[in-house]
Amino acid sequence: MDFHYPRSWADALALKAEHPEAVPIAGGTDVMVELNFNRRRPAALLDISAVPELAQWDRADGHLRVGAGVSYTRLVRELGPQLPGLAMAARTVGSPQIRNRGTVGGNLGSASPAGDAHPPLLAGRASVELASVRGTRLVPLDEFFTGPKRSVLAADELISAFVVRPAPGPEQFCKVGTRNAMVIAVASFAVSLDPERGRVGTGIGSAAPTPRRAGGAEEFLEAELAAAGMWQRPRPLPGPVLDRFAELVTASASPIDDVRGTAAYRRHALAVMARRALSWAWADLMRN
Amino acid sequence: MQIRLNVNGVPYETDDVWEGESLLYVLRERLGLWGSKNACEQGECGSCSVLLDGELVCSCLVAAGQAHGRQVVTVEGLGDDGRMSAVQEAFVAAGAVQCGFCTPGLVVATEDLLRHNPAPSDLEIREALAGNLCRCTGYEKVLDAVRAAAGMGR
Repeated sequence: MDFHYPRSWADALALKAEHPEAVPIAGGTDVMVELNFNRRRPAALLDISAVPELAQWDRADGHLRVGAGVSYTRLVRELGPQLPGLAMAARTVGSPQIRNRGTVGGNLGSASPAGDAHPPLLAGRASVELASVRGTRLVPLDEFFTGPKRSVLAADELISAFVVRPAPGPEQFCKVGTRNAMVIAVASFAVSLDPERGRVGTGIGSAAPTPRRAGGAEEFLEAELAAAGMWQRPRPLPGPVLDRFAELVTASASPIDDVRGTAAYRRHALAVMARRALSWAWADLMRN
Repeated sequence: MQIRLNVNGVPYETDDVWEGESLLYVLRERLGLWGSKNACEQGECGSCSVLLDGELVCSCLVAAGQAHGRQVVTVEGLGDDGRMSAVQEAFVAAGAVQCGFCTPGLVVATEDLLRHNPAPSDLEIREALAGNLCRCTGYEKVLDAVRAAAGMGR
């Protein structure tokens, strides 16, 4: 096995172009498990953990651009107030040891339907920045995932960053698992409210072949809130609106039975989480 | 490949490292530092916890090559001149050790916690140690030990 360890982003892209079979490794929280258990024997590893450009984030043109190598620990500490939904999800990732090493870039690269960062990033309408020696492209996150652990990432590309607007309003994230720490989501849900534009964002995790938005629920709630003038004068959400929102979220899912839970349980849990997350986010909105 | 790293203040150089092996494997099988324990090999149990450039990590999830040129502190590197650290003493005094397999990881994780937060609440202790599994103690004596170590100013 070859081990490439670029020290700059330009070198990383050149190496990936030269060795498209090389598996990128940053925090190692997915890749090393596969190596330790002999599930994978890649021809080469491309260690991107020492590429300084990937560890940076900045704000420009009203957007945050967060390097793919920023750890969950740093995300919570440095970007919590600007990306509250993602920070909530980041706090539920693994353990302190895992959060110190794991990165959102790795979460996106693994493209697991259960990735914790995906629902809040979908709800926030984030994009993924993909780069190669051929150039850079920005892919909306809901066009990035193509199947379980599959994405549009080409063999010569690396994930350089995600790009998202700082939360325009309240955000919430919910996750169901067997305990609080060290748990892969049985199902998860994120919601983001944008009072200024009258927009609602959602993200569903672990309940479909890919993480996905609940478009029907978003449109329904946007129409209800606009019709009732609720963005301007927030009042408690009527029960039937919450019920319908939860129903539409569940309708967007296509869960399966597996070792972590049944499809029926996932649907039920999603409805509960959708209702709860929206209630909490709306309560935050009414408080402000 | 050849790896050079510093463990507990001592520089090491080791040849013929397989590129896919973990830092934990290097520590135990190549450097003879058996304090860090090998259990789950998937970052679930925390018994291989070490400090990598001062950051708490599972050494089973660090590729050997990623540790090249870095500073590692293992459980063997805690304490001075063969004397136990305050955290280690507190674990002994509280009876927080039964079979002992998880203890090195818990001790390293506790050191990391108290370095960042010298007076943690019970909730903060539980969160900080959530990645370290113990199947013997039921954690109560572990929590006692962490509280005691915090009380001693570590």
